[in-house]
Amino acid sequence: MADIILEMKNITKEFPGVKALDNVNLVVERGTIHALIGENGAGKSTLMNVLSGIYPYGTYSGEIYYNGKLCQFKTLKESEAENIVIIHQELALIPLLSIGENMFLGNEIKSGAGVIDWNKTYAEAEKHMRQVGLQESPHSLIKDIGTGKQQLVEIAKAFSKNVKLLILDEPTSSLNDEDAKMLLDLLMEFKKQGLTSIIITHKLNEIIYCADKATIIRDGTTIETLVKGVDEFSEDRIIRGMVGRAMNDRYPEREHKVQDEVSLEVKEWTVHHPLYPEKVVDDHISFKVHKGEIIGFSGLQGAGRTELAMSIFGKSYGTNISGELYLHGKKTTLRNPEAAIHAGLAYVTEDRKTNGLLLNESIRFNTTLPRLDKISKKGIIDKDKEKIVAEKMRKEMGTKTPSVEQKVGNLSGGNQQKALLGKWMFTEPDILIMDEPTRGIDVGAKYDIYCLMNQMVADGKSVVMISSEMPELLGMCDRIYVMNEGRLLAELNAKETTQEEIMGYIIRDS
Amino acid sequence: MAATTAEKVVKTSNKRNVVNFLTKNSMTIALVAVFILFAALTGGRLIFAQNMSNLLLQNGYVLVMACGMLLCILTGGNIDLSVGSVICMVGGLAAVLVTNLGWNPYLVIPICLLVGLGIGAWQGYWIGFVRIPPFITTLAGMFIFRGIGRLIVNSKTVPMQNDAFNNLFTSYINIPGLDVISTKEAPVDNPHVWSPLVIGAIVVVLILVLTTKGRLSKKKNGYHLNSALMDYGKVTIVGALIMWYCVKLSQYKGISVMLVWVVAVCMIYYFITSKTVIGRYFYAVGGNEKATKLSGINTNKIYFLAYANMGLLAGLCGMLCLARVGSVSGQTGTSFEMDAIASCFIGGASAYGGSGTVGGVVIGALLLGVLNMGMSILGFTDSWQYVVKGGVLLVAVIFDVVSKRKKN
Repeated sequence: MADIILEMKNITKEFPGVKALDNVNLVVERGTIHALIGENGAGKSTLMNVLSGIYPYGTYSGEIYYNGKLCQFKTLKESEAENIVIIHQELALIPLLSIGENMFLGNEIKSGAGVIDWNKTYAEAEKHMRQVGLQESPHSLIKDIGTGKQQLVEIAKAFSKNVKLLILDEPTSSLNDEDAKMLLDLLMEFKKQGLTSIIITHKLNEIIYCADKATIIRDGTTIETLVKGVDEFSEDRIIRGMVGRAMNDRYPEREHKVQDEVSLEVKEWTVHHPLYPEKVVDDHISFKVHKGEIIGFSGLQGAGRTELAMSIFGKSYGTNISGELYLHGKKTTLRNPEAAIHAGLAYVTEDRKTNGLLLNESIRFNTTLPRLDKISKKGIIDKDKEKIVAEKMRKEMGTKTPSVEQKVGNLSGGNQQKALLGKWMFTEPDILIMDEPTRGIDVGAKYDIYCLMNQMVADGKSVVMISSEMPELLGMCDRIYVMNEGRLLAELNAKETTQEEIMGYIIRDS
Repeated sequence: MAATTAEKVVKTSNKRNVVNFLTKNSMTIALVAVFILFAALTGGRLIFAQNMSNLLLQNGYVLVMACGMLLCILTGGNIDLSVGSVICMVGGLAAVLVTNLGWNPYLVIPICLLVGLGIGAWQGYWIGFVRIPPFITTLAGMFIFRGIGRLIVNSKTVPMQNDAFNNLFTSYINIPGLDVISTKEAPVDNPHVWSPLVIGAIVVVLILVLTTKGRLSKKKNGYHLNSALMDYGKVTIVGALIMWYCVKLSQYKGISVMLVWVVAVCMIYYFITSKTVIGRYFYAVGGNEKATKLSGINTNKIYFLAYANMGLLAGLCGMLCLARVGSVSGQTGTSFEMDAIASCFIGGASAYGGSGTVGGVVIGALLLGVLNMGMSILGFTDSWQYVVKGGVLLVAVIFDVVSKRKKN
């Protein structure tokens, strides 16, 4: 019988309004590399957060057996005490501290009460760094070493905690191919020494390269576990598992009445990262959207879709932006968001809490903010009029709240999204750019938002939708552009394409 | 059964309304309580006409500065540390230009306001467009302008003896016919000051007319209307306070020009923050700068305006202080900025920005003023006044933070 190190049984985890995990089961054999795969938002990271105690025992239902023992972790510390270590996609390193300091942060080697033994700290740090093949001084600062080496520091840190089960969340997403391969080789090397790893990744070639088993998660449930050497273990097979859900009437019907007139066209659009200007975030992207058309952008996180949209929306992202922008056939430059708004563009952000809403202010305040000129005369606001227009937008969006004076921060996710949409609909846009418009909201609110998009195009406006949910793109769009790592890979007719085709483009490019 | 549940609902909602009212107006209630407490402790001396008149005049500069400081704080809890130094520099400049060089005061006043605005624009440029942290920019300004101020007055005390200048700030309004002043040179049998009563009455009538007009226009347009009891109740309370204060003023010299300046500044900033588009932007920037930027608003400009405006008001304060004290030295205005900052936070401005009102700030400043005056009358030393002021600031902010946390 196989030696089972970890068994997660019937794990269910709910967030307000969303069931993130629904009876998920995961069995991991000792001394293997186990891949966890699924689309964005499928529940992979949530599952690992349950395992490591970030979501404490009691906030989820189900049982976790580790080494045959029932575990009820309430904190990260408790799971680390059992030698389970999780390395997050966003590295948890402090740039201005040294490698040694980072490795023992929160876990300091002390010589007396509260006094750090620096000699021992750096000696230990060096030992573990050599273990992972990191040739750096432990005194080097994190900010001075590359992301590849930073990833190694995280693994060395895990070793300093005497790791037995290592969980890596998208470990190679910020690495180049060479560093990524080195990292995977390292994991395979450690496997021989008896380490068990769970690796979360989108890159199927990596899974096929290093994993022994792959568990596929979709919509918060486990679909299947494929075993190398037993099942078919190919990219196509995995993609089928990842996307193979039935399409149903989750999308409202609409007549496709795409007009000939192009409302927005972008040619050879190139954007550089604002902090690292040598990094190209969007590389010569050209696309267009007609009146009465919904187009979609598909891709993984970091494909450059949000950056593309924001750079078009009045250069609100990026530096060294080049390329041409045409609005209704006329070449234009939009210097800032104000110019973009007045040119009839609206950008509904993917991150409503940070970039979209003023959480401490009312729906009324948020709704009118981008176009206060519509409710004011000579710079003086007509508050009565403001209340009436805000109320009108609230009704149109179907935001469920007793009054527009309600603080936006007190609303549910779906209602916040509607408040955000109301804010942008108030600007009366001709071209509505929606970035992940249905993320983290319930099915009913999603449907309302789809209806709103249909209404927009029925009125002859244009909608650009960025989404990581492929069924949503297929269900709503006329055409779909596929992007990966800042490049445009394909332009597809939504009627004719499939999830497998889209995913295939992305995976084969990675 | 159903009736009792309904009753319960009404009761709890009433209770909630009362609690809401108390937390919303906690500082007003505290001000009233402290006022009554000190009025009692001082055996009524606090409400002597002279003290009541002085309460606003002594704290006039704090109120003016606090209006500007509020805009800075709204943008994200940012403060301006340089205000006291700017007061010294601009006040010194005015004193030197008028007293030593004999310039025309009517020319000097606009020059000094421009100098204040220039200083504010200088700091606003670094803060808004280059994004130097406000704390550091204005800390540097605090040193720089203090130094320049001392250079201007040459480390001496420069007096201001020009009557024209002083009259623009510290004289009392006398209306011939209403006010009969008895002086040593021309003693009068029956001296009286009636102008405050007349002006007060006019103001009260004006408020009444404006309220009614507002209600009528709301009714005509079908907008939401407060109950008549609430609107006119407010007018009654405010009107009674104004008349009471005017009676006090009429018992002591009358309305000071300084009071007019201060009330005008407070009303202008009340208007800006509550009714205008630009005022709304200060709240927006403090509430969520990224979202505000993406809403098409130039947030850099908002920071710039907050600090440029603070400079302008600090310049005005420099002249108010100069006129009231009668001279400027290298020490003038030391730690004045702290009074303004404290007033804002006591008055309910958020230390993270995005919330706070001019009304609250006025109440905060008055609370500090009443504490100062009450303790002075009772003979507490400066040292004790500092301890109490600090305590009140801390308690006010703790109360604010904790009551907000409970709500969420």
